[in-house]
Amino acid sequence: MTATAAPPQAPAPAGPPVHKPSVRKRLVPYWLLLPGILWLLVFFVLPMVYQASTSVQTGSLEEGFEVTWHFRTYWDALTEYLPQFLRSLLYAGTATALCLLLGYPLAYLIAFKAGRWRGLLLVLVIAPFFTSFLIRTLAWKTILADGGPVVGALNAVGFLDVTSWLGMTEGDRVLATPLAVVCGLTYNFLPFMILPLYSSLERIDTRLHEAAGDLYARPATVFRKVTFPLSMPGVVSGTLLTFIPASGDYVNAELLGSTDTRMIGNVIQSQYLRILDYPTAAALSFILMAIVLIMVTIYIRRAGTEDLV
Amino acid sequence: MEQFEPDRLSAAQLAAMRRSLTSGRGALTRRSLLRASGVGALTLAGASTLAGCGIPPAKREGGAAAASDDHSDREKEIIFSNWTEYMDTSEDEKSRPTLDEFAKRTGIKVKYTEDINDNVEFFGKIKPQLAAGQDTGRDLIVVTDWLAARIIRLGWAQKLDPAHLPHAYANLSPQFRSPDWDPGRAYSYPWTGISTVIAYNEKATDGKKVDSVTQMLDDPSLKGRVGFLTEMRDSVGMTMLDQGKNPSSFTDADFDEAIGRLQKGVDKNQIRRFTGNDYTSDLDKGDLAACLAWAGDVIQLQAGNPDIKFAIPAAGYITSSDNLLVPAKARHKANAERLIDYYYELPVAAQLAAYISYVCPVEGVGEELAKIDPELAENTLIVPDKAMTAKSHAFRSLTGEEETAYEEKFAKLIGA
Repeated sequence: MTATAAPPQAPAPAGPPVHKPSVRKRLVPYWLLLPGILWLLVFFVLPMVYQASTSVQTGSLEEGFEVTWHFRTYWDALTEYLPQFLRSLLYAGTATALCLLLGYPLAYLIAFKAGRWRGLLLVLVIAPFFTSFLIRTLAWKTILADGGPVVGALNAVGFLDVTSWLGMTEGDRVLATPLAVVCGLTYNFLPFMILPLYSSLERIDTRLHEAAGDLYARPATVFRKVTFPLSMPGVVSGTLLTFIPASGDYVNAELLGSTDTRMIGNVIQSQYLRILDYPTAAALSFILMAIVLIMVTIYIRRAGTEDLV
Repeated sequence: MEQFEPDRLSAAQLAAMRRSLTSGRGALTRRSLLRASGVGALTLAGASTLAGCGIPPAKREGGAAAASDDHSDREKEIIFSNWTEYMDTSEDEKSRPTLDEFAKRTGIKVKYTEDINDNVEFFGKIKPQLAAGQDTGRDLIVVTDWLAARIIRLGWAQKLDPAHLPHAYANLSPQFRSPDWDPGRAYSYPWTGISTVIAYNEKATDGKKVDSVTQMLDDPSLKGRVGFLTEMRDSVGMTMLDQGKNPSSFTDADFDEAIGRLQKGVDKNQIRRFTGNDYTSDLDKGDLAACLAWAGDVIQLQAGNPDIKFAIPAAGYITSSDNLLVPAKARHKANAERLIDYYYELPVAAQLAAYISYVCPVEGVGEELAKIDPELAENTLIVPDKAMTAKSHAFRSLTGEEETAYEEKFAKLIGA
């Protein structure tokens, strides 16, 4: 604290003023960084190092684990649990796409058309966060119950025949199928898509729309050539905020899914807590991290993110 | 032959070379040297920290290491961790009568927390302290057989002093006296017994009775509406019994056979899912028509939904228990022992059993229970009669190696 306090006014030295900032002044940015860096060091870097070490250990709970640089664990884990990896990416990808489809129109509406309802609508978007993640997910079990009105209606219009044919549902039910898991993921992560979309849409100057109109652009063209490109930062950060946590999620698959909808998060949990195979659990986490990192890098490069929010 | 002689460098070229060495991107400056050696040092340090991280053996030898300085005389308190819905509460749910009575009688304050939801998660939570030989901040915990067995096997539980447990010693029902993982109950006493039975929702089965694992796995009318438990010992044990095997003494082959049988049920979509405690709501709504269930839950469910029925399979059922343990390094062992003993006094045991409706491990509780509610005393799920006891089977204890191998196979079955 003392170092960041303003230095006492020293008597001005004779001669022309020197423009070189004092050492103390140059250190200010580092002092400002310090809390964040310490936080990251303790809660991110240290656990990462610990997990990295665990992933190359071998042993058992009784005998203890020793670092043996057993990198094969990575290969074994990847080949063994490839289906769960692919499934996680597929579910997370589908949920992200659904979030974008559902979230974009809503964010657009709130940003441009909502008028005085804007504040209320934004509160409604965030409202689900006031209840716990678990409760919200459990509520879906009631909504999608086998004999419930939702499933009844979907059955009546033949929707479930289509999803059954696609392998997303099982007979007349939605619960304990991939569709239920994807629905749960979509629902739980939707606000993470809407909020960044809203914040980047809201910043667009509406006079640009008028200008485009003056240049005889039809509304669809205005959207395609002006609005959408300008909202790209929101799209990119929204998809990242949805996709990354969704691919590691295990709660939705646990509560809404069945044996063949288990995602990689479930495997990691089971390896860590049930089988007590800490190296495999750590290796799986690193593989997931690597896959997501690579996908995100490629995505960001292609999408361009000069001014990501 | 003319020897090749390079042109001499011009003064400007020399200057440029000098410049590029001292400044510019490739410059070998103090800073870049520092940076390079920094990266090197980090790599080295990283590799050595990685190598130095290892996890020490979990096992602690002998009871002496587990024992702690007992502060019971000076600090009149106990920190007691239990599962939710595992303690009697008053009508307004603001007080816990039996615990209050204990505090009044002994002057020992009980800090009661319901922080156990799941055995594997709870083990994950207390493992780091126990492995490091530290106090977990808990004097008394309640865990299921297999976890109690593991904690005792690892030397993480304190040996109880029989002199402090006269009621417990005298009143423990014979069925629970000597599990193979804690002969003579040297380290643990059961809090409740758990019977794993088949429960079904009569409305969902159209009035049909479901009373065997075979029926659960084969009856086409139940397709996609059958649940098993994520507790390996319950799901596999009940299947073994159905196959005529004995869960108290089985071989690897028997285990694999039971897993194979369940796998078939998964493959043909007969089994909807494997659940933890959350099967209760599925069964209540009828999303699960039939499932393996814990008897205590069934009694509680029946109170709100008369369609819920249960059946004891002719092949027998799995019995287990949730056990009180004093973890290593706990500060108030003698106080904890007093509390264990207190819950083995007949009137107290009856009061607790009447509220939580799990199997009462206390012999002769029937009479006291009848005073509270005659119907409960007749309920063989709470006070098992001879016929019930004869059908009960315990899953044998496993070595560390077996446990890992079996859990791995079971995890494959349930999808992760």
